[in-house]
Amino acid sequence: MAVSGILLVLFLVAHMAGNLHVFEGRASMNEYAHGLRTFGEPLLPHESLLWVLRIGLIAAAAVHIWTAVVLTRRALAARPVRYASKKPAKGESRHAAATMRWGAAVVFLFIIWHLLDLTFRTVNPVKDVPDAYGAVVATFSPERWPVTVFYLLALLALFFHLRHGIWSAVQTIAGPNSKWRKRTQAIGLAVALIVVLGFAIVPLSVTFGLVK
Amino acid sequence: MKLSLRIWRQSDAQAQGKMVSYEIDEVSEDASFLEMLDVLNERLISEGEDPVAFDHDCREGICGACSLVIDGQPHGPQAATTTCQLHMRKFKDGDSIDIEPWRAGAFPVIKDLVVDRSAFDRIIQAGGYISAPTGTAPDAHAVPIPKQDADAAFSAAACIGCGACVAACPNGSGMLFMGAKVTHLGLMPQGQPERHTRVLGMVAAHDEAGFGGCTNTGECAAACPKEIGLDVIGKLNRDFRKAAIRAA
Repeated sequence: MAVSGILLVLFLVAHMAGNLHVFEGRASMNEYAHGLRTFGEPLLPHESLLWVLRIGLIAAAAVHIWTAVVLTRRALAARPVRYASKKPAKGESRHAAATMRWGAAVVFLFIIWHLLDLTFRTVNPVKDVPDAYGAVVATFSPERWPVTVFYLLALLALFFHLRHGIWSAVQTIAGPNSKWRKRTQAIGLAVALIVVLGFAIVPLSVTFGLVK
Repeated sequence: MKLSLRIWRQSDAQAQGKMVSYEIDEVSEDASFLEMLDVLNERLISEGEDPVAFDHDCREGICGACSLVIDGQPHGPQAATTTCQLHMRKFKDGDSIDIEPWRAGAFPVIKDLVVDRSAFDRIIQAGGYISAPTGTAPDAHAVPIPKQDADAAFSAAACIGCGACVAACPNGSGMLFMGAKVTHLGLMPQGQPERHTRVLGMVAAHDEAGFGGCTNTGECAAACPKEIGLDVIGKLNRDFRKAAIRAA
């Protein structure tokens, strides 16, 4: 859970940073997208970097989901009779229990939509694969506002997921002392904010006409 | 004070339990929570009913026997307090209070509010001990121990093994309990010979007993009457990683 989660966070940071090319204009964004496909050529085959990333991501996501299912099943078995009276959570990660599993479901559904939209272009008006810029502008256009709203909702779920997930992964792998645990929690919150805001700025800029 | 209680009643381990309502009058606000239950039980006995079974022993907050989930919170609403040290002045006249046993598959209910916590004993048997020479006890200051290690080990040793961590955990995990034992013994020179087998043995016994996995929500530390913090789970994870690599 922790190791696969950290790998996925590293991917998110790289993906978020790459998305910001959209602010440099159509040529720069499409050149970046083209660069991802042709990285290492002619020494390496076409799309070799992309395939390494794809296989790594699929493996990390599979391990992440599988370990989550194992943990959830153990948790359900460990409390066969529920409490009659509920209490508000008051632990250090008090939002975790309420947001991790439901948030994960939202993020999972979002990823399916996201792949159909911007990778396979099944539901995107721009079918021309090299025109990444055009696809982004088309999908977040103001009249397709539900797409943007769903994107932002998924980001909200991702924010809560990362805010707990990052420090929880460090706690599992490294086991910091109290001082470093507090620092890890602060770093987790900062990374979650940076990643989510970095992703959110793209669809918002398109919807509000800053990127055309 | 006048209170409405809803208490989990279950005649034995196999029986189907349910929440039963009781009205209780003239409760002194200076009474402890357990004394309030004593008053209720005296009335139930005088009426020919079965009294409410609940665990208790020292009633001074150090034995770890009391185990009531009060309004969904293990040991009730007051932080760093066992049920026996919780007083009725924390409640208001006319309050309705839910009282349930620890809820965990590894802690089966024996009767009413009493659960079987021998799963914790099995975890201790799997590693919560040290090798010590027999004979005369050595002088306490014969082995030098850094002050900060001694303090951290002492804080972890404050664990009374009540199981509130498991009761509070949304996953029903016993990681805080194990972490307290691993930290307490692992920081002491006397605990070093078994340091690696201890953590592997305890985690295996924990999983075998049917406790859940830790997801670091921190509910355990918030519920702990001895204020044991999440740093002991960090220490447990650290020791487990080292021991697992060494064993591989």
